[in-house]
Amino acid sequence: MPKFQLNRRRFLTTATLSASTLALSGCDAFDFLADRDNGVRNVLEGANDLTYRVQRLLAGRESLAQEFTEADIRQPQRPNGITAPDDSVYKSLQSGDFADWRLEVTGLVEKPLSLTRQQLMNMPSRTQITRHDCVEGWSCIAKWTGVPMALVLDAAAVKPNARYVVFHCLDTIERSLSGEVKYYGSIDLVDARHPQTILAYGMNGMPLPVENGAPLRVRVERQLGYKMPKYIHKIELVDGFGAMGLGKGGYWEDRGYDWYGGI
Amino acid sequence: MESQAHMLQQANDAKASGTRGELVYRQTRWTRLTHWIWAVSLFFLLLSGLQIFNAHPALYIGKQSGFAFSNDVLVIGAENSPTGPVGYTTILGNRFNTTGVLGLSGSAANPNGRAFPAWATIPSGQDLATGRVVHFFFAWVLSGTLLVWLVASAINGHLRRDLAPSVNDLRNLPKDVADHARLRFHHSRNYNTLQKLAYGGVLFVLLPLMIVTGLAMSPSMNAAVPFLADLLGGRQTARTIHFVTMALLVGFFVVHMLMILAAGPINELRSIVTGWYRTDPPQRDRREGSA
Repeated sequence: MPKFQLNRRRFLTTATLSASTLALSGCDAFDFLADRDNGVRNVLEGANDLTYRVQRLLAGRESLAQEFTEADIRQPQRPNGITAPDDSVYKSLQSGDFADWRLEVTGLVEKPLSLTRQQLMNMPSRTQITRHDCVEGWSCIAKWTGVPMALVLDAAAVKPNARYVVFHCLDTIERSLSGEVKYYGSIDLVDARHPQTILAYGMNGMPLPVENGAPLRVRVERQLGYKMPKYIHKIELVDGFGAMGLGKGGYWEDRGYDWYGGI
Repeated sequence: MESQAHMLQQANDAKASGTRGELVYRQTRWTRLTHWIWAVSLFFLLLSGLQIFNAHPALYIGKQSGFAFSNDVLVIGAENSPTGPVGYTTILGNRFNTTGVLGLSGSAANPNGRAFPAWATIPSGQDLATGRVVHFFFAWVLSGTLLVWLVASAINGHLRRDLAPSVNDLRNLPKDVADHARLRFHHSRNYNTLQKLAYGGVLFVLLPLMIVTGLAMSPSMNAAVPFLADLLGGRQTARTIHFVTMALLVGFFVVHMLMILAAGPINELRSIVTGWYRTDPPQRDRREGSA
């Protein structure tokens, strides 16, 4: 018995010491989790699927994001990411007040579209005062005006095998030795057809400012800000996004963020 | 002084008479297993949570974050001063120099402008995406374990027998506070009043509050249960409560460790690892009997 006691005591001491060493030596010990291809990380990422499924289950297809009042608009919408694209194509469109800009709707559609801003503004519009939640943690309330995305999809007649909407943007978000990366993102058709999902050309009663995505950005009100690309010029309907970018469905998703930005 | 003399006397009595308190089976396997899963989960949740906080190291009261107006209650940052860069923390408008820990940390040769220092975050570098992956994984583990524990403890009687404070417990509260203040511990099968309140407070108040405020920050959950964020005073208030609750849990952890060290770490650790706990030897003087 005494021997057993000693072993147990030694075990406990060792366990406590190693636990405190772990805590004291900082968390370099877990830096392997930052490796996007690490097996343990990929297991942890599995929880994102569970989160997505449960959120879809609880929020359903139609539940609406909270809408606010004019009194809640207390500041300009805080811009993030690229706020002044310096791409030559964008700058030339901007100098012509986006008169030559077109929204292409392509991919798995019966009737590909090429729409001017005026054509979009002539379609029925929706205005909503909503809270923009950034993945960084901050929130900002603004009023958004645009055409419900479902109307644009209906006009293009989406083919039955289409599953996702991919937004292609004009802004270059990353320049590296391996080349330039333009911002892009994707949502599924449930969110694309959600009543509050709009292609916004107006903000707080004014034309959409450049820093917030002029001439057109999308609002996906039940997800975080990185799921709402700015400077859109093409909407592509696809049945999968594995062949685009690094295959995860968006610029930030390719860099380790979850595809469903619901939390 | 008196209490130390008392404890010494008690120990000497026990040694002299050769009596040790008996071993009792105090913690069921459900309690022990869930305890350790929580310990691991909370470790990762804390350090990944600080990583997430670092992405926007400011807390606000209300629905949104004030950029053109002021509703912040905590801001951590770094700025240049005539004597070089400094880290600062502003709490409710009061500014503190926290260079070295908060706002600015790292070596003197290579100062790093970040809210919480590298040793307090997972991963050590700035990496919000990984922080979120780790945080949400262990959030599921914590919540699932809490549910399993709740069901198991309701069935095996742990809640009713060990955690629910009785009228007697509450009546005994002042004495129990005084005993703890004098580090005078009674080792018995049952939790004392402060233990019941502390463990019950963590399991029934702090952890559920953590989960609820976490959900209230989710735009998707805001669509599913719109009243949740409103109930908590808005999304940014929910985020602030999430942070404050974290600080309370860290406070609990510190006191928990101190109490274990003071009450006899080997015996306390044995009970939460093996379930068996050595109680105080029988008292000669019945008036001194433990509660």
